[in-house]
Amino acid sequence: MKFLHLVWRNLLRRKVRTIMTVASILVAFVLFGALMAIRAAFSMGVDIAGADRLMMIHKVSIIQPMPASYGERIKATEGVTALTHANWFGGFYQEPSNFVQSMAVDPPTWLEMYPEFEVPPDQRKTWFGDRTGAIIGADLAKRMNWKIGDRVPLLAPIYQRAHDGPWEFTVDGIYDSTKQGVDKTQFFFHYDYLNEAMRKLPGQGDQIGWYIFRVADPSTSDLLAKRIDAMFANSSAETKTATEKAFVSDFAKQIGDIGSIMIAIAGVVMFFILFVAGNAMAQSVRERINELGVLKTLGFNDGRILALVLLESCTIALLGGGIGLALIWCLITFGGDPTGGLLPIFHFPTRDVVFGVLLVFLLGFGTGLLPALQASRLKIVDALRRT
Amino acid sequence: MNWITQMLAVTGVTLRSIPQRLGSSIVAIIGIGGVVVVFTAVLSIAEGFRAAMRGTGDPQTVIVLRSGSDTEMTSGLGGEETRLISEKPGLETSDGPHASPELFVIVGHPLQRSGTDANVPLRGVTPAALKARPQIRIVEGRMFNTGTNEIVVGRSASRQFAGLTVGSAVRWGTSNWVVVGIFDANGSVAESEIWCDARVLQPAYNRGNSFQSVYARLASVDSFQTFKDALTTDPRLQVTVIREPDYYSQQSQVLQTVIRRVGFGIAGLMALGAIFGAVNTMYSAVANRTREIATLRALGFGASPVVASVLFEAVLLSVVGGVMGGGLAWIGFDGFQTTTMNWQSFSQVAFAFRVTPDLLMRGLIFAVIMGLIGGFFPAVRAARMPVVTALRQL
Repeated sequence: MKFLHLVWRNLLRRKVRTIMTVASILVAFVLFGALMAIRAAFSMGVDIAGADRLMMIHKVSIIQPMPASYGERIKATEGVTALTHANWFGGFYQEPSNFVQSMAVDPPTWLEMYPEFEVPPDQRKTWFGDRTGAIIGADLAKRMNWKIGDRVPLLAPIYQRAHDGPWEFTVDGIYDSTKQGVDKTQFFFHYDYLNEAMRKLPGQGDQIGWYIFRVADPSTSDLLAKRIDAMFANSSAETKTATEKAFVSDFAKQIGDIGSIMIAIAGVVMFFILFVAGNAMAQSVRERINELGVLKTLGFNDGRILALVLLESCTIALLGGGIGLALIWCLITFGGDPTGGLLPIFHFPTRDVVFGVLLVFLLGFGTGLLPALQASRLKIVDALRRT
Repeated sequence: MNWITQMLAVTGVTLRSIPQRLGSSIVAIIGIGGVVVVFTAVLSIAEGFRAAMRGTGDPQTVIVLRSGSDTEMTSGLGGEETRLISEKPGLETSDGPHASPELFVIVGHPLQRSGTDANVPLRGVTPAALKARPQIRIVEGRMFNTGTNEIVVGRSASRQFAGLTVGSAVRWGTSNWVVVGIFDANGSVAESEIWCDARVLQPAYNRGNSFQSVYARLASVDSFQTFKDALTTDPRLQVTVIREPDYYSQQSQVLQTVIRRVGFGIAGLMALGAIFGAVNTMYSAVANRTREIATLRALGFGASPVVASVLFEAVLLSVVGGVMGGGLAWIGFDGFQTTTMNWQSFSQVAFAFRVTPDLLMRGLIFAVIMGLIGGFFPAVRAARMPVVTALRQL
């Protein structure tokens, strides 16, 4: 530790180079954080999709509804322990650009199925009892500046009311989540409120967008999915059942090459920036070869020289990487989605933060090791002879 | 010696010394080149998407939707309403109607690249569809026969989605379909679609006699207002009408915003990284030449020619990097075919990346700016160096 001062003086001898190197490492790690957040956003929460939850949609496509009568038959199936359902509402507030990710659900079973949506008990109770009530995600509340008790009219092109009036809702609660990667931009309201109006139109009532059910034993979910689909085969609405994870991952794949191309190129460039920085760090050791020779003459042994050089490279890596990671973490956590609601799951996963820290150390050791070894193996005579 | 000859002389010395510090020069070139590749590639995605969307538009073609709907997906029009719409003045009427009431739905169909289901757009059209969009033509096989379960597939759809070649059979839900033709729409977004007879699609989707949109051909580009007024003054209709190019550019807004925000963010960060790299490179170039520069100064060369020569080298390196980066992006990405999810229509759109000359130019300018910033501080430092101390240095 007493040599820290020496390391520090060495770093300061070419201030500009040190600053530039630290700065480019910083940028590389900011980039790293941004990429990981984008990757998480494009994978749409596949990491947190429940393995014990199955999803059932109309076989033709997710926009086709299924009869509400399917619910009872699924519930009666052996191996199914809980059931809920949802309808895509697609509402917007005043202007189509103020899009609200809204869904009509069955409140008690919905919150039971998705414990990650955390709602305070009193708000939960109000919502269950309020037919036109809704609970909204914390991020949505922030974006729209909606508070509990607010009356919120939404227009929905798919479900138009008679006389084209909006649907009136009351915000009964705001859900948050302690779990990372939960979409907090959604808006849930009572299916009964929607269905009541839809029943008045011919053939529009008692239609369900998709069913979600929990299975007792996730290892049998494939079999169970097949059995349930077989139950509705040859009916007017055939079904497709799979795990929630499978649906989310298929859905994420629809974004396709765009996401992977952006991430791939930027990843390459990130490593390139690190390579350039590493090169500069190694260069600065090579320049001081004869100084190291002097140190050796003074009695520094090989191990100490090795440690000294490694310490220097690690300091640079830690400075740049540490600040970079902290900066991007703050930006993502407090700044949120840069597109204003288009990438709802935008966060820096803890797993990737850990990976980033490992990368910082890898960089420090990786760039320092070769010059450090060279330096420690130096013969004093050769070192002093070099200019 | 005057200023210009001084500058030329110093620059000449500088350039001739590049081979001696080839390593760091190459690092700077690659750094800047890398940023230009990314910059160009990301923008080529946005550009290609925009071109596909905009190319769809013929200003003489209009789309009528239910008022309040901003996409076909959420629109709905009764059979009677579509009849009223197609009889309004302002539309082309020579040899039969030029208005086509259509359905727009999605079917779950596997993507070629991943084998997983994607939301593929399926459009139910009426015989007037081709009259409403004269740019679309069948390039392989034939048009479907009305009243049958035959489909025609857009050229991109046939490439991007699995098993959609002429003669192949597909099954969606309980209905079976046969592909009988491939159509071309000048590379526009319509090529991502699958077309079938609207009358066959209606019962399959329990749509009764309802449609989602009407595509119509105006009598002339200028008759838009006539048609629009006729629609808005009819109390039986609650509809909006929009020209095709406007509709598609509006449909592409969300995705373009995402690509641009994300893309520019990444490219900006990388530019910052590359500038640091360039500064570092130029600094060490100046540092290595301390004695040389001091000697020049001692011989009587002014400070500004030295600044100019360092800047010139930086710009030269960045131009080389920019040209290489642009070239690589062009080779690697121009014409790259892919599909993505368009959130607004909730369905897949196929498009090709486009590296346009304009993009290449912007990439080059970007590179030069990076070079100028990267070279500026080292250049100033080189000029400010006190001659005596510099000469004394190793």
